Formats: sequence, C-alpha cells, structure tokens
Amino acid sequence: MNYLPNIIFALILIAGIGYFARNIKKLIRNIKLGREVDASDNKSQRWKNMARIALGQSKMVVRPIAGFLHIIVYVGFIIINIEVLEIIIDGLFGTHRIGLKVLPESVYGFLIGSFEILAVLVLIAVVVFWLRRNIINIKRFKSLKGWPKNDGNIILYFEVVLMCLFLVMNATDTSFQNMGAGNVISQFISPWFSDNPDTLHLIERSAWWLHIVGILVFLNYLYFSKHLHILLAFPNTYYGKLTPKGQFNNLEAVTNEVKLMMDPNADPFAAPAEDDNAEEPAKFGASDVMDLNRIQLLNAYTCTECGRCTSECPANQTGKKLSPRKIMMDTRDRLVEVGKNIDANGGEFKDDGKQLLGDYITNEELWACTTCNACVEACPVSIDPLSIIMEMRRYLVMEESAAPMELNNMMTNIENNGAPWPYNQQDRLNWVNE
Amino acid sequence: MSEQLQVKTMAEYMAEGKQPEVLFWVGSAGSYDDRAKKITKAFVKLLNNAGVEFAVLGAEESNTGDVAKRAGNEFLFQMQAMMNIEVLNAYEIKRIVTCDPHSFNCIKNEYPSLGGVYDVVHHTQYIKQLIDAGRLSVKGDTYKGKRITFHDPCYLGRANSEFHAPRSVLRNTNANLVEMKKNKRFALCCGAGGAQMFKEPEKGDKDVNILRTEQALETTPDIIATGCPYCNTMMTDGIKAKEKEDTVTVLDVAEVLANSL
Ligand code: SF4
Ligand code: SF4
Repeated sequence: MNYLPNIIFALILIAGIGYFARNIKKLIRNIKLGREVDASDNKSQRWKNMARIALGQSKMVVRPIAGFLHIIVYVGFIIINIEVLEIIIDGLFGTHRIGLKVLPESVYGFLIGSFEILAVLVLIAVVVFWLRRNIINIKRFKSLKGWPKNDGNIILYFEVVLMCLFLVMNATDTSFQNMGAGNVISQFISPWFSDNPDTLHLIERSAWWLHIVGILVFLNYLYFSKHLHILLAFPNTYYGKLTPKGQFNNLEAVTNEVKLMMDPNADPFAAPAEDDNAEEPAKFGASDVMDLNRIQLLNAYTCTECGRCTSECPANQTGKKLSPRKIMMDTRDRLVEVGKNIDANGGEFKDDGKQLLGDYITNEELWACTTCNACVEACPVSIDPLSIIMEMRRYLVMEESAAPMELNNMMTNIENNGAPWPYNQQDRLNWVNE
Repeated sequence: MSEQLQVKTMAEYMAEGKQPEVLFWVGSAGSYDDRAKKITKAFVKLLNNAGVEFAVLGAEESNTGDVAKRAGNEFLFQMQAMMNIEVLNAYEIKRIVTCDPHSFNCIKNEYPSLGGVYDVVHHTQYIKQLIDAGRLSVKGDTYKGKRITFHDPCYLGRANSEFHAPRSVLRNTNANLVEMKKNKRFALCCGAGGAQMFKEPEKGDKDVNILRTEQALETTPDIIATGCPYCNTMMTDGIKAKEKEDTVTVLDVAEVLANSL
C-alpha cells in the first residue's frame, strides 16, 4: 500500500490547523491587552443570548432579505462542514466515503443530497450578496473602500469556489453517481464531464484535494478578515451587554475619590490607604486600545463591518463624520498594529508615538454622538460601539479637559448652580407660582 | 393654566411627619426651561386631579449629573449623584416619578450602585398606572380623531424598553395614533442626547432634529407627542424650521392628557 497521500494529507492538515491555532493565540493575547472586566454574572441569560442571537441569528431578520440570505449561507456553511469531517477521515485513513460504511445508503444519500441542495442555495445567495455589494446602490456597502471592500468580495469568491468543487467532486465520482442516492444536483452536472474513467477519477481527486485545501486556506484567511465573526459571534454575544442600554457603567476609581472628597471626616493629607497594592495609577477613560476592556476588544475583532450601526446612526445620517462602524474598525486596526509591534519587539510593546485617539479616531467624531444607542440596537452580533465612544470622551474630559467650550460652560453651571444653565438653585420651585 | 396648583415640598411633608406617595423629580429642564415648565405644570395638574399625595424637593433638588456623565465627566456626575442620593435617602424616598427620561434612566439605572435604590417610573408610566387604577379619567374629547404621532425618546424607549405606556395613555384620548416609519426600537434620536442639547452640532449636511421632524411630518400629524423636555424642544424647533407651526403642535403626553380631562 502507498501511504504517501495519507502522509501529505496529514501534513497539510497539521500545517493548516497549526497556523490557525498560532493566530488564535495571538488574537487572545491581543484581547488580553485590554482591562479585565467581570462578566461572570447571569450565566443562563448569557447562554440564552448566544443561542438566540448567534446561533439563531435573531437580529439578522430585522432586514428580511439580507437576513434570509445570510441564514442560507450560514446554515450551508455549518452543514457542509459535516462533509469536511468525512473528507478528513478519508484523507487520513485512505478510505473513500467512509460515511457510506457507517451509515445506511438511504441516510447517507439523504445527507449528501441536502448538502448538494444547500450548495446550490448558497451559490444563489452568494450571487445576490455580490450584486448587493457591487452593483446595487446600498450606502452601507458603497462607503467601504480598499481592503474592507475586497475582503467582503474575496469571501464570496471563496464560497463559490468551495461550493463548485464540492459539486464537481460528487459529479465526477463514478461509484457515487452509480449508487443513485444523494446526487440530486450532481447528476445534472455529471454529463458535462468525459466518460473516460481515468479522466473522471483525476478530476474527482483534484476537486477533493482542492476542496480540503480550500477549506484550510479559508480557515486561515478568517484571522485577517471581517469573517472572524463566524467564530467570534458566539463568545461576543455571550459577553454582550445585559443591563438596560441606557445604563452606563460608573467608574469605580472615581467613586473612591468622590467618596473621599465628600466625607467630612476624611483627612485630606492622609496617605491613601490602598495605594501600596494599587497596580497602576488609574487613568480615566481610554486613549488607546489598552485602556479599553477585553469585551470591547473582542467586539472589535467580531465586527462584521456590515454597517447596520452606521446606517441607523443619527449623526451619520445627517452627514457628520461619526460612524460607529468606523469606531469598531479603527479599534481593530489599532489593536492589530499594537499586536504586530509586540511581535516585532520580542513580546514587549514599544511606544510608536501613536494611539487610537487622534491617530485613528478624531475628537470631532466623538463629540457628534448623541448616545442614542441606535448602533447598539442595530448590531447583529451584540457589539457596543457607544461604550468605546464614551470611554474616549471620558479621557478627553477628565484627562485632557478637552470638551467643547459650550460643554465646559454647561458643566461649570452644574458645579456652581446644580443646573446646566446659569440659574440659581434657590429658584428651582419658582415655576409653581409663575 | 389658571387654577392653583397644589405643590408641597418634601420638607413640608417632613414637618407634618408624613410621607408622600411619590416624589416628583422635576429635573433641571422642568424647573427652569420655559417650555418644559409647562410640561411640569401639566403633569402636576394630572397629579392634583387624581389626588396624588406627591412631594417635590424644590431647592434641595440638584441636577442628576446625567448630562455631565454623557459628556464624559464622571467626576461631576458622581458628585451630583451622591449629593442627591444623600438628600433622597435622608428623606427615605422609595418611589420617584419624573417627566425627564434622562433623569429617569440615570436615577433608575446609575444611582443604585452609588447607594441610591428607588422605584423610579417615567411620568407616562405613572399616568398609565393612575388611569388603570381608576384614579384619573379622561372625559374630554379635545383630541378625538386628531392624528397624533408619538416620537420615542431614546432614553425611555431604546434605552429602557418602554414603548407601550406612552401609547397606551395617548389612546385614552380617542385620538388617531399614527406611527412613523422609524418607531419604537428603531426610532431616530431627536438629536439632543449625549449632551448635544448644550452645544452646536458638528459639521454635517443637516441637523438631526430636522431629519426627525421630516419623518414625523410624513405621517401628516396634527400633533407630535413626546415624553421628554429635550425632544420637545428639538421637535418644536424642527417644526418651526419647516414652517409648520400653524398646522402641527408639539406636545408632551402629559399636556395631551391634561387638556383632555
Ligand atoms: S449612540 Fe452615537 S454612534 Fe451610536 S448610533 Fe447613536 S449617535 Fe451614532
Ligand atoms: S458594529 Fe455591529 S452593526 Fe456595526 S458594522 Fe460591526 S457588526 Fe455591523
């Protein structure tokens, strides 16, 4: 027996999975650059959200056409991966269609038959997706340029190639065609090929090898693409916000200081007690990715760049620079840049004179936000762009005193009069007698 | 509003050794802004009519700190919050109602972890409760058959998932409720949130309140109803900019009700 194909197969598989694992390790390391955040509460609600939003795609159907097509591609993707399992076993052990040995012919035929139908549905969906992205004038796609635009298309071409390879592989598999179960689609493709058994076998083998290699390339492409959401949508929806959307977190570091300030018994000259075990001086808000928390960084990697958030954003709809999608893409780009910096400098981040605030996201974008939560509501994978905007505003105001002048006036009024306008607090009840 | 409003402060209740049913948090806009004061009075008229024993803090009330927080000034927010919480806790306040969704959201969601835990309701929810309990009855036909479209304030709707109460209250007037295309969860902001109320908008090709007003006008309404003093200002400005003030009025849900007693 000749074991060469098995060995080559095993090597390709190990290389493909190994490289993927290495990148995932990097991704986890990068996410851990962020601040720790406690999300150990409400486990059952979190699992439910994951099942509903990631697995059940509940947010996708808000836009019925895109949602329906997306579900086809998604179901196709998951189910056809079952076929990959067979390919891997066949490849490693030199078997052919191991499924036929363990399953009754009718069941196997039913499975492959449904895969074939799904493959065709996926092909149709992908064509519509391509048209939507490239021909039909949809603003949230039109505004994408360069890599993000290509990324969206590349994955569609990938899908086409993989689905075609799958169908060709089945069509040119003589014994499978002769069996006559499950070749619901491929029976119509099979006559396109020659009758020569050797040629057929060659095509079948090529399609088979290209299919598995293609899937491994796809897997490794994910890390560089918006399609990471295929995997990360699951943890991301698990960690999604559970509290009412209007509830913003209260900064604990601030609470401690405010309590000290308001406590009449506190000795202002006493050395702060816990300072010895404080790890780092608290910085209020965020100017770079390391100041954001881990869920926010996971959000950035999960973003599908679909632009649903931006198309609902009141600031963006009225021509302001702010785009919540851009906030997420900038955060990811900067995080990747920081990660590369760490790789290049032997595991340490060397100051590159850049940061998320200013070099990626401008003050003008941040101040245009109405904190309306439309972006959070629109996101199909539970991303919270608003929380990042808020962290950066906090940095601008509390570390840089860089609020717009009118806002500074408003805040001075609150400090002095307990109202955002320059009215006397004693006059609060005047309305009764006016 | 000519008839005398009955308003007592918490200090007065205290002096009498009594507790009110509910504390009415008037809020900064409701206390000082000319347009918002009318909403405050309309709501008090409803409370008086229903015989609710309510109190206000008067000069002891201070800004919730909400707008400072949204602007990014967590220090100022927490200072304000803790001052207010001290007052509220000293009076042993249990229940709070307010006409301002921003105060509502802030006290309900952001005060608890700072030590201020209260049952907080928005005035549209409170009015609904009064009607449901039979304490408030709508007799007038002022708005019968009129087209009313309700603009969801972000901090009542999307932020706290209350879409039903304001609509349910409005239905009591026998008006014809019409929905904008973008409503409830998907409603467009009026443009005032996130401290925008207090600054000029960034450069763009339109103001948010104009866009929202256009969406409202698509329903050819007689009245644009809302439940937030800031939304009210924004929509009123929008109507003026569109030169529709002769045909379309912007009213708070409380005003619509107060005019229907
Ligand atoms: S919260 Fe801010 S970024 Fe999000 S949709 Fe509203 S205005 Fe846009
Ligand atoms: S944040 Fe969500 S809605 Fe916005 S582009 Fe990313 S995935 Fe789409």
